[in-house]
Amino acid sequence: MSKFLLPLFAFLLLVGMFVIGLTKDPSRIPSPLLGNPAPEYALPSLQDPDVLVGSADFAGQVALVNIWATWCPGCRQEHGFLMELAAENAVPIFGLNWRDNRPDALQWLRNLGNPYETSAFDADGRVGIDWGAYGAPETFLVDKNGMVVHKHIAPLTREIWERDFVPLIEQLEGGE
Amino acid sequence: MKKLILALLSGALIFGNAWAIDVGQSFDDPELQARYEKIIEEVRCLKCQNQSIKDSNAFLASDLRREIRHLLEEGKTDDEIYDFLVARYGDFALYRPRPSGRTLILWIAPMIFLLFGAFAVWRVTRRRMRLPIDDEPMDGS
Repeated sequence: MSKFLLPLFAFLLLVGMFVIGLTKDPSRIPSPLLGNPAPEYALPSLQDPDVLVGSADFAGQVALVNIWATWCPGCRQEHGFLMELAAENAVPIFGLNWRDNRPDALQWLRNLGNPYETSAFDADGRVGIDWGAYGAPETFLVDKNGMVVHKHIAPLTREIWERDFVPLIEQLEGGE
Repeated sequence: MKKLILALLSGALIFGNAWAIDVGQSFDDPELQARYEKIIEEVRCLKCQNQSIKDSNAFLASDLRREIRHLLEEGKTDDEIYDFLVARYGDFALYRPRPSGRTLILWIAPMIFLLFGAFAVWRVTRRRMRLPIDDEPMDGS
């Protein structure tokens, strides 16, 4: 009997590993930023190159930092939902326009609406690297102490918002 | 003529890849250049996984190469550059994650599996050696 038990056990172990492996998406890399201070930045504003915007704008408040670009299809997909969030005044959203060009990005905001409190223009992608960005859209939740609490890669939807963000935000807003 | 064309074609085959990335952006100092090339081979392109940032033309890969060049110019050590990358992109950014509490399992798991295998072989052979030899004699071929 024990002759069969060991191979069976090994087989089940292997199956278990495959099950775990198959349900994980290798393109979603856990961010080392979680639980760490949000990277500071000050960049020219998308709307006015002479004005600096950045992490100082959301200091002391719970905020979303959204990395987006006009070349990113997922960003267009989530834009409508970001507009809804902005309309609901759920939490202020700060844009980081990553590796984009200014006229296109401005046109995008004119056409689709502007959900952002401020939009930083990261032309050479330097700040994006500090945030560990590798594929827009990426959305970070930052708490009042400037800590990164959550990161979502891929377009944001109402469902993901309710499930992953809302409980965290309630906790952060409640824990004064 | 034929030979020339053949030579050009084979040249294109050999050097085609080498021309694809960062033309003329190397260091004057051969030592820095060597370190640069070694580092970019060790870093995974997060956008195009299974390529190193040396092999990738994705903009993120070229941005990271640029950052690594800057860091080398600033006189940072290799370890400091790897730290820079790991702090932003995690251990996954390196093809050979440095041994730490989090990556320990990656490094010791192969040895554990090897030990298991060796143990199994030892068990089986020992049992077989105790069995009476009743096989047909083998041909000497």
